[in-house]
Amino acid sequence: MLVPSPWRADFPAIATLQRQDQTYLDNAATTQKPQALLDAISHYYANGAANVHRAQHLPGAHATQAFEDSRVKVAQWLNAGDSGQIVFTHGATSTLNLLAYGLEHLFNAGDELVISALEHHANLLPWQQLAKRRALKLVVLPLNAAGLIDLDAAAELIGPRTRLLAVSQLSNVLGTWQPLHPLLALARARGALSVVDGAQGIVHGRHDVQTLDCDFYVFSSHKLYGPDGVGVLFGRNEALHHLRHWQFGGEMVQQADYHAASFRPAPLGFEAGTPPIAGVIGLGASLDYLSSLDPQAVMAHEAALHDYLLRGLNARNGVRVLGTPQAALVSFVVEGVHNADLAHLLTEQGIAIRAGHHCAMPLLKAMQLPGAIRVSLALYNDSDDLERFFAALDQALDMLR
Amino acid sequence: MSQLPVDAVAALQAFQAVGSWEQRARMLMQWGERLPVLAEEDKVEANLVQGCESQVWLVGRLQDGHWQFAASSEARMIRGLVALLLARVNGLSVAELQAVDLSDWFNQLGLSRQVSPSRSNGLNAVLQRMRGLARMQN
Repeated sequence: MLVPSPWRADFPAIATLQRQDQTYLDNAATTQKPQALLDAISHYYANGAANVHRAQHLPGAHATQAFEDSRVKVAQWLNAGDSGQIVFTHGATSTLNLLAYGLEHLFNAGDELVISALEHHANLLPWQQLAKRRALKLVVLPLNAAGLIDLDAAAELIGPRTRLLAVSQLSNVLGTWQPLHPLLALARARGALSVVDGAQGIVHGRHDVQTLDCDFYVFSSHKLYGPDGVGVLFGRNEALHHLRHWQFGGEMVQQADYHAASFRPAPLGFEAGTPPIAGVIGLGASLDYLSSLDPQAVMAHEAALHDYLLRGLNARNGVRVLGTPQAALVSFVVEGVHNADLAHLLTEQGIAIRAGHHCAMPLLKAMQLPGAIRVSLALYNDSDDLERFFAALDQALDMLR
Repeated sequence: MSQLPVDAVAALQAFQAVGSWEQRARMLMQWGERLPVLAEEDKVEANLVQGCESQVWLVGRLQDGHWQFAASSEARMIRGLVALLLARVNGLSVAELQAVDLSDWFNQLGLSRQVSPSRSNGLNAVLQRMRGLARMQN
């Protein structure tokens, strides 16, 4: 095999899917899980579940320890150091909503929130709705032909009224790394807060939030080989001071009276109610597993696989790749073929890909496409997966043309 | 159970005889090609079925107490699925349409996976729109 994955056997679901003749290439939607995660969750439930941060008893102490260990592991994964805090939420979407509600008090009518044209719905709708609530202006940064946020336009559009910039690190449709450094510098120069949506970016390579110098960094566990139901917010200490409490309940409260209450600071102040304890512990196990891998080898593997995918698609007649994807995924359309038909026939052949608008409807509309097919990769994929996809694609196109 | 419409009988015979997925897919495309062209004035926002990967328009009219549906889609597979749906329901009375189990119809055709809840191809949305139209007549 041209590009084998040395980590494939670490993910038991891949073998199961293969026995069902399924080739999983929808990793930008969610990923399969390493055995280490299954073991950690099974261990937690088999050895005594308990709630965290409250009870005196031993199971409670164990659960709290494991939960807080995960917080440390996430901070290490992001190299947060003591620059900020890690808050656990229920997903990237809930993290972005926390920000949109918790920062709302900072904004006044006519202030500007800046996003980009490639944002998926999770990093669009919370800001769009915030803009409606507060009569703010939502400014959308355009893209250049390669699928990158246009920096010249950004320099014009990020202006004196800009209060917040929220952009994706890696596009879930175009597979392009966005020019975060110059963008964040533009925001900083205007005194605007910055939010980086790392939902896709976190999965590919290691990112250092101190080097990135953003105020907030957001991602979800399930795309990073962790359990679903867990989201992460990194907030810089100074930025977290601006964040107001949003969801109220147990755990986040300091003192409560019938008519008044005071609340904890970050992180616990933003973790109302019982958090997803097993999920957080599982994320810690996934990060342990990922940390044990040679990062250079993972990067090289993902790059080789991406190159293999791109070459194979470009070699086929009528295939048009969207933008100039750099990592993780490729979206494409085929001239004269409806993406829904292609998706139908790929599904029939056991190829798990994504068709449609990829939760980024405005972007596809702007490209005047009813949808596209997206193939997205993970570290356990190999070139045989891609060969199966290519064979199925050829067969489907044979039938449709 | 009332008698199956003629087109429905033909569809059942054709699809129940199918062996491979390729045959089934080709046959779906053939059925889609037989779907009568939808009048341009019916291709309007109000007739667009929300929740489909491809644009699907569906209109239904009662003529002398019997349903006549017409539909169109830009994608060929969904057009075929819609053609199979119309084969089952066109000509039914109000009461007959309400009694039809449309999911079961696709089961009988060996196309149950096309109406599974995770399927986003739009057939489920079409079924819902049809049920909605049927209810409005009650």
